[in-house]
Amino acid sequence: MTKTTIPIHLDINGQHHELQLEPRVTLLDALRDRLAPTGTKKGCDHGQCGACTVHVDGERVLACLTLAAQAQGRAITTIEGLAREGELHPVQAAFLEQDAFQCGYCTSGQIMSAVACIREGHAGSDDEIREYMAGNLCRCGAYPHIVAAVRQAALEVAS
Amino acid sequence: MTLELSLNQQPAHARQGSSIGQPLTRRDGFLKVTGAARYAADNHPPGMLHAVLAVSSITRGRVASLDIEAAKAHAGVVEVMTPRNRPALAADPDAKDHPFMFRLDLLQNDQVRYPNQTIAVVIAETLEAATEGAALLSPRYEALPARVGLDDAESFVPRGVGVGGPAVQHKGDIEAGLKSARTRIEATYETPAQYHNAMEPHAIVAAWDGDRLSIDTPSQGLAMAQGRIAGLFGIAPQNIHIRSPFLGGGFGSKGMISGPQVLGILAARLVGRPVKLVLRREQMYGPVGHRAPTRQTLRMGMDGEGRLTAIHHHAKTASSTFDDFFEPAADASHTLYASPAITTSHEAVRLDTGTPLFMRAPGEATGSIALESAIDEAAHACGMDPLEFRLRNHAEVEPMTGKPFSSKALRECYSQAAKAFGWASRPLQPRLMRDADGFLTGWGMGTATFPAIMFQAEARAVLKADGSGLMETGAQDMGQGAWTAFAQIAADGLGLDIEQVDFRAGSSDLPNAGIAGGSGHTATAGMAIHNAGAAVIARLADLATGNEASPLFGAGNEGVLARGGRLYRRDDESRSESYAEILARAGLTEIEGHGKGAPDPASQETYAKHAHGAVFAEVKVDPDFGQIRVTRLVGAFAAGRVINPRLVRSQYYGGMIWGVSFALHEEAITDRRSGRIQNANLAEYHVPVNADVPSVEALLVHEDDPYVNALGIKGVGEIGITGTAGAVANAVWHATGVRPRRFPIRIEDLLV
Repeated sequence: MTKTTIPIHLDINGQHHELQLEPRVTLLDALRDRLAPTGTKKGCDHGQCGACTVHVDGERVLACLTLAAQAQGRAITTIEGLAREGELHPVQAAFLEQDAFQCGYCTSGQIMSAVACIREGHAGSDDEIREYMAGNLCRCGAYPHIVAAVRQAALEVAS
Repeated sequence: MTLELSLNQQPAHARQGSSIGQPLTRRDGFLKVTGAARYAADNHPPGMLHAVLAVSSITRGRVASLDIEAAKAHAGVVEVMTPRNRPALAADPDAKDHPFMFRLDLLQNDQVRYPNQTIAVVIAETLEAATEGAALLSPRYEALPARVGLDDAESFVPRGVGVGGPAVQHKGDIEAGLKSARTRIEATYETPAQYHNAMEPHAIVAAWDGDRLSIDTPSQGLAMAQGRIAGLFGIAPQNIHIRSPFLGGGFGSKGMISGPQVLGILAARLVGRPVKLVLRREQMYGPVGHRAPTRQTLRMGMDGEGRLTAIHHHAKTASSTFDDFFEPAADASHTLYASPAITTSHEAVRLDTGTPLFMRAPGEATGSIALESAIDEAAHACGMDPLEFRLRNHAEVEPMTGKPFSSKALRECYSQAAKAFGWASRPLQPRLMRDADGFLTGWGMGTATFPAIMFQAEARAVLKADGSGLMETGAQDMGQGAWTAFAQIAADGLGLDIEQVDFRAGSSDLPNAGIAGGSGHTATAGMAIHNAGAAVIARLADLATGNEASPLFGAGNEGVLARGGRLYRRDDESRSESYAEILARAGLTEIEGHGKGAPDPASQETYAKHAHGAVFAEVKVDPDFGQIRVTRLVGAFAAGRVINPRLVRSQYYGGMIWGVSFALHEEAITDRRSGRIQNANLAEYHVPVNADVPSVEALLVHEDDPYVNALGIKGVGEIGITGTAGAVANAVWHATGVRPRRFPIRIEDLLV
């Protein structure tokens, strides 16, 4: 079997990247193995844990279930693209302040989900936050602090 | 080489006086919220190849054939490692030199002894090619019938349980105690196999340079891992450099180096290039340990006033067919409730699984859910409130040994948590409370306990000419907050503001910090840091007090104190001198000191040392469909000195959520015909999601303990599971009147 690659153009955190990839390469593996912003994590590779959550055109998607080729021509934002000029995004700052993580492995995905959750208007109450953050597993059990962080950040974003 | 970590990017919170006790945010937090924290699999040395495991799809038997040619023909595949070409090892992976050396599956033969055991490793230029290559191996097997259940094999009494404790222990006459009882209960509870499922799969990036080995891999015990790898490869431990600055969770599964991690090193050896090997999620259900299933029977007797006359706690559990780890579930009854007669006993069978290992609160978690359920049954049998019953049987000395407790603020835990929860208004009988929506509502409680363990650790402290400090110990942060808590202890030990301390950890070229396990890391490595700080300050004080030019001259070592980068005379704090001034006068660029952390044998002999807590749970059960929701959890814990309350609260929350998970969610389900785990993934192996977790409150109860260690630290990492799991089970009973006897509690168990 011969190896077939195709040109793939990815727009990540405002930077344009031209890659030559096999069509089977996922967005997650393209990010982690080819482009090396490794903040996006692989927890299950099956769309079950949420650790690989990134934004594509502003919506949260699971990078492990997205082929790199599918993301061509769309704006991809990863955890590395949230802070602006060294200023943490309000969600990042709230996660730090509320101790909304322990081991940190699910954190990139939690924060990307939280940013979208607030933007979607799904951070109106603790119960709503719990429901709309339910796709991101945290084995350390930081959930109460994640809810507190999303609540805090939602208020800051709104003000 | 040390890790270049910039951990000072986040300003510490304002504080007065010492760093210990301050609720600082995590010093590694900035790295973690920006994606910059580098975990093992984030490393890509030049020339690196990807390795993927091919694992057994049978449970027992042998591999008859593999289509190696097909795999090698796939574009990008570089090599296939099988028993035929696996590089030689200096030690047999099936050898066992001591009880903590666990047998590994390193392609030593074609035998299969559990599902998901490695049968080959495919090494390729890309992850995709290696993955496809592994799929192309198309293994054929000669399979034997699987032994999967606690009744499927002959049982025996293990030689030791847990870390080598006796399988059977007695105090008093258990049969006499039961005979004399006014009321008796007997109940059997089953707990399932559980898998750690840290979010970060086990990963390794290994690179050889001659006989020197460089490794990035998550490890809860760097020195142990280094020693194990050195033995297997016949190289000196100091030739192995392991970096593990961050673990994406461990929970015991990264305590000892696992087979797949060593296979990554072998693969790098075979191809002569750096190799990355990361387990796929489903491959974590076998070679990296699990919590063994148990079946526990409790017999209790009570006198007319509700005092226990006997506790018999018997546990049946399982190990693998080829190694020994026996979950010490019954030992949970050694420490909590007073009784003139206590017997704990274990039996075990050998099953076709990977070897079970330590999983967060090994023994304590499994034992606690059974013991706390039985205590609840006993209270009900006596017509007593469960809290009143527990207070009636409160142990003033450790029940099994008669030793006094080094400290025990359990009564305060009970009272504070009960008050915060509102326990006093609980009806005694079950099935009497409903909420506004008609859901059955129940309140239950459990007692939490975990031993205060210490291992061995070392640390090195340096004071520099500019007055700043350096503290080094190879500590491991798996999320508990080592980077922060140890820096706080280091700052106080060195008498410096935390911003003036460069704290280094997470690397095997630093002093041995022991293991991050048994809830003992903070106490053990913390004491090493504390003692290293004291040693270097003592040297500094010698320099100052022995020099006539110093304002501290003649004060003597005990006559000075260190604070904020200065030494002060204790009897006259107007006389002081900065560290920089003392070193400059002595013409030194730096001085160093070393410290050790270890349990004190004399106090070990005298005192029983445990952390305690009380957990109260509210559940709501749909009366028609049996669906259970935990709606409130309140815990209060007393675990000695709290280094950082912000981090400690997170540990308690995490433990309590594991308790909810134990009671209601997690279970590995084995197919009885094939012996394979049917739910080896994060969708079907249920762990709590955010929407499963209720309002949680953890109260930190003050406790001074002068005996555990000089810092008064116990440990907080595991206690939260204990008590909580039983509290949830007891709340389910209180809501429904149905006593859960197997875990996780299923809807069908309630619809009887």
